[in-house]
Amino acid sequence: MFETLILILDATLRVSTPLILAALAGLFSERAGIVDIGLEGKMLGGAFAAAAAASVFGSAWIGLGFAIIASVGLALVHGFACITHRGDHIVSGVAINTVVAGLTITLGLDWFSMGGQTPALSGDERFFAITLPFADALADVPVIGLIYSELISGHNILVYLAFALVPATYWVVFKTRFGLRLRAVGENPHAVDTAGISVAFIRYRAVIICGVLCGIAGAYLSTAHNAGFLKDMSAGKGYMALAALIFGKWRPVPVMFACLLFGFLDAVAVRMQGVVVPGIGEIPVQAIEVLPYVLTVLLLAGFIGKAVGPKAVGRPYVKERA
Amino acid sequence: MNKPTHPYAIELRGISKRFGAVQANKDINLQVPAGTVHGIIGENGAGKSTLMSIIYGFYEADTGTIEVDGQEVNIRNSQDAIKAGIGMVHQHFMLVENFTVLENVVLGAEGGTILKGGMDAARKELARLEKEYSLDIDVDAVVEDLPVGLQQRVEILKALYRGARILILDEPTGVLTPQEADHLFRILDALKQQGVTVILITHKLREILASTDNVSVMRLGQMVAHRETAKTDKEELAELMVGKKVRLKVLKDEAEPGDVKLAAKNVSYVDSQGVTRLKNINFELRAGEVVGIAGVSGNGQSELLNVLSGITPMSSGEVHMAGEVITPKSPKNAAQMRDLKMGHIPEDRHKMGLVTGFEAYEAAILGYHNDPDYNGKILLNRKAMLNECNERMESWDVRPPNPHLKTANFSGGNQQKIVIAREVEKNPDVLLVGQPTRGVDIGAIENIHEQIIKLRVADKAILLVSVELDEIMALSDRILVMFDGEIVGELPASEADERTLGLMMANAFNEEGASE
Amino acid sequence: MKQASVPVWVNVGLIPLINILLAFAVSGLVILAIGENPIEAAGYLIYGAFGYEEGIGYTLYYATNLIFTGLAVSIAFKAGLFNIGGEGQAYIGGLGVGLLCLWLDSSMPFIVILPLAVIASAVFGAAWAYIPAYLQARRGSHIVITTIMFNFIASSLMVYLLVNWLKEEGRMAANSRTFAENAWMPYMHEILSPLGINISDSPLNGAFILALICCAFIWGLIWHTRWGYQLRTLGTNATAAQYAGIDNAKVTIWVMLISGGLAGFVGINEIMGVNHNLLLNFTAGYGFAGIAVSLMGRNHPIGIILSATLFGALYQGGAELAFEMPTITPEIVVVIQGLVILFSGALEHMLKDRVEGLFIRKAA
Repeated sequence: MFETLILILDATLRVSTPLILAALAGLFSERAGIVDIGLEGKMLGGAFAAAAAASVFGSAWIGLGFAIIASVGLALVHGFACITHRGDHIVSGVAINTVVAGLTITLGLDWFSMGGQTPALSGDERFFAITLPFADALADVPVIGLIYSELISGHNILVYLAFALVPATYWVVFKTRFGLRLRAVGENPHAVDTAGISVAFIRYRAVIICGVLCGIAGAYLSTAHNAGFLKDMSAGKGYMALAALIFGKWRPVPVMFACLLFGFLDAVAVRMQGVVVPGIGEIPVQAIEVLPYVLTVLLLAGFIGKAVGPKAVGRPYVKERA
Repeated sequence: MNKPTHPYAIELRGISKRFGAVQANKDINLQVPAGTVHGIIGENGAGKSTLMSIIYGFYEADTGTIEVDGQEVNIRNSQDAIKAGIGMVHQHFMLVENFTVLENVVLGAEGGTILKGGMDAARKELARLEKEYSLDIDVDAVVEDLPVGLQQRVEILKALYRGARILILDEPTGVLTPQEADHLFRILDALKQQGVTVILITHKLREILASTDNVSVMRLGQMVAHRETAKTDKEELAELMVGKKVRLKVLKDEAEPGDVKLAAKNVSYVDSQGVTRLKNINFELRAGEVVGIAGVSGNGQSELLNVLSGITPMSSGEVHMAGEVITPKSPKNAAQMRDLKMGHIPEDRHKMGLVTGFEAYEAAILGYHNDPDYNGKILLNRKAMLNECNERMESWDVRPPNPHLKTANFSGGNQQKIVIAREVEKNPDVLLVGQPTRGVDIGAIENIHEQIIKLRVADKAILLVSVELDEIMALSDRILVMFDGEIVGELPASEADERTLGLMMANAFNEEGASE
Repeated sequence: MKQASVPVWVNVGLIPLINILLAFAVSGLVILAIGENPIEAAGYLIYGAFGYEEGIGYTLYYATNLIFTGLAVSIAFKAGLFNIGGEGQAYIGGLGVGLLCLWLDSSMPFIVILPLAVIASAVFGAAWAYIPAYLQARRGSHIVITTIMFNFIASSLMVYLLVNWLKEEGRMAANSRTFAENAWMPYMHEILSPLGINISDSPLNGAFILALICCAFIWGLIWHTRWGYQLRTLGTNATAAQYAGIDNAKVTIWVMLISGGLAGFVGINEIMGVNHNLLLNFTAGYGFAGIAVSLMGRNHPIGIILSATLFGALYQGGAELAFEMPTITPEIVVVIQGLVILFSGALEHMLKDRVEGLFIRKAA
């Protein structure tokens, strides 16, 4: 039983990692007032770029670099539409998701002729699991040994990175000048403007950070979690990250827990397939899968707490006549 | 503190600013002596706020120069203004509501990439400033939890923290209670003692007389007079502010008021921010009379129209109309009020009265779209709509008489005719009229005035809200004066003149003692 | 507020044309990057879509779905709402059709099943839109987020139902049994041949007629009834709507019901018209494509018919293109679709302001 739990939690960490990265990406964007439906597309674009570059150059790290470049490029398109041209944030996000969904397959087929997939990656083309010091030595110690060697040790670097980025994001958003301005611009851009700071410049920087993090999330999908790019491999994770962002009320640590919860539900759903729970019978996998979305809707409807986002989110900033 | 190096803290020369067709500021000259409190008074729309926005770098002037301490400065954005030592407290606060006071103050002047150091230094500096000016504020409080008066002090603190030597306050008492306002003036006095120059923009005479050293009067985008406060009085300022206008003559007989058609009893309205916009409004409106509501705009007139017409629900009190009693518990929306035969010519045609994307014949039924005249069993009866629109365009002389033209493309006067025709032709018992001639050219004004008098003759009960005093005086039988959400006075039109009304609008008769 | 007059054709013709050309130009660059000739590709595409009767049939069959979802998005847009949940509403609409056909196909004639199926798809689709609509109108939950969530919930619900309840026994695939033929929507070639018109066989079916009826119905509703009047007022000027005594919450809810119902009709075309059984993922992104169709078609039924036909042609021509040029996938169409959303939606102001500015300056 304990071992099963550890295995489920282990899977939870792996599934949660891209959610955490994407949700933190969304956090930077939405804290600055830019709604980002395009997390999904940026992640998918990043995943493709990572797998393609890793396969061509033989290095997961180069893949990661390309993922970030691709994702930031898409983020800048979003910024150009929403910040410079006061476009609708949702429409722009949908556009990016749609373009990426088509483009990854189109380019993939041309470059690799494998029906839109990239070649299977192996060796240095992937991020491999890291065994933490003493993991093997401690493996036999009861309870703690298993937790350390199975749960904490043995993940790839991007998993650790994602979790390290949670406190880092907290620090940037709440403890730095940039963070202060970022939060201010999402709440009341007029206050920022009258303080003599450029609203557009802050928003662009936020959007770029969002792109970087989505790129990492994408690289994780194709070069760490899986061995190569598959058509539509982001499979709604960007939207789920958005849900986690709302669920965590736009704060880094709660957002991480929301991602862990959603990841856990996913891990459990896989485990529960066909399992008959005594007294209840078989719980349909879909009922568990759907929980993150149902919970988010309930939250938005104000039935469980209240989700109040940044006040100026989604609104273009136009200087008004005072 | 520091001795001013130049007699004038700020000097404007020939400032002009135009927005499209509107000349907001025209050749403005102003000298503000250093270390004084300088008042700028004028009616709404006189161009005060625009002028201050130019000084603070929110807009660039089309022409003219600004000198600070005798040095010409080029102010192109707020950053430049801050550097020149100018601070501004906006009418609508520029605060991030869910930030603490400290966070708001340091925003834009954080003093380093990492907040910690700058924040600690700011905390010390704020403690000093607070003591010096007795601002009395908790720097760790979250702004949205603070009462409005304290939020305003945060704005002042923000400016002082940035080293402002010139502080502009735009209508600072509009949102304050009398007690808070008094506290504010004590703070301004303390600022003056420390050598800060204060520019106070307001339309309230009492504030000017009580707290300024000099006063400049603006009217219609121009600076019309400068006075030493000690050498002027309410009467003179009221007259300068309102101006001697050509009195419009409207021929009308004595009113013969009939039955009460609309009665407001203790109507109050508190907006979503918790600010009381209407306080215990009581009045009766009878058939065959025009009751004018005079007041500087922003004193509750718009809210009164919205509450009476059913657009916003009142907070307490009751409205009696057509045998029905409307209360907060049994409200009626705008459509239901129309069913009781109430017409409403709204103050703002673009925002309310018309849908500018609609063609004229469509806009001509707004609010009456459920009327059987315009509806078949399922479809709208376009033919009836068009016929009626054509008829009205002819009888109201709307130009061009094209029912298919988008309403946005008519001139202001013709747009207004479309709205008035719509509200009047349905033969209402009670007609609410807001700013009927705003943005309408002279020729059309006369026509609109005639129509209103015609309705009075036809025994309608008419409530007229206007910022044009001559319009109020020309059309009304009785005049109610609103100030700060209350009706502060009433007089028959025959006894009204500009001076008396101007003083009433500034609440000069009630305020001594009352608000202290 | 002066709106210098820009000729109508600029807004309804020129600007959409520039948008689509920009989208084509960028996708042309993609094709160039792949090392193919974009002109040649366009040739195959056009031939595939319009070059022969069967191709036209396919084009219009795809267009049918896009008309439904395009109308769904656009009626919501007209009221100032963004219904991004067309995908889920179409999916559940199809469920309604499927359940009805499975229930009645052995006992009722086509003439009874048809109207009931139309009602079922509309009711199911509308029901799926109702909850987000209610939450937006009464509890202020953001309709964009809730409709996205409902897309996922719909998807899981369908998997659950098909795998656990509706799957044909003894089969692996998560499909229901095939309906009896009296629950099939007749194909267009079957409908027309008694009239002496012979066309090639294609999946184009009676749902296309329903789509055209919907266009006429929506056109009448929006521009010729008091309900449409209210929704247009709300969509253009919410303050004026309040002034006119329009109940914004009520209008929001019923507009979304209509929107969801329209999306639900995709089920008629796909389930009753072509697949003849209930299956997974038959919506295939039509709900999202509706956004592009609606933006491109300027939220007007005529525009929507034109842009749906254009996108239908891209779907069909794209398949032909992939066949002729194996290095190109049909997904190139998705790229074009995304670019159309980008240029005519997100970057709307960039182009519109410039082009209009050009005309205003010329007029002045």
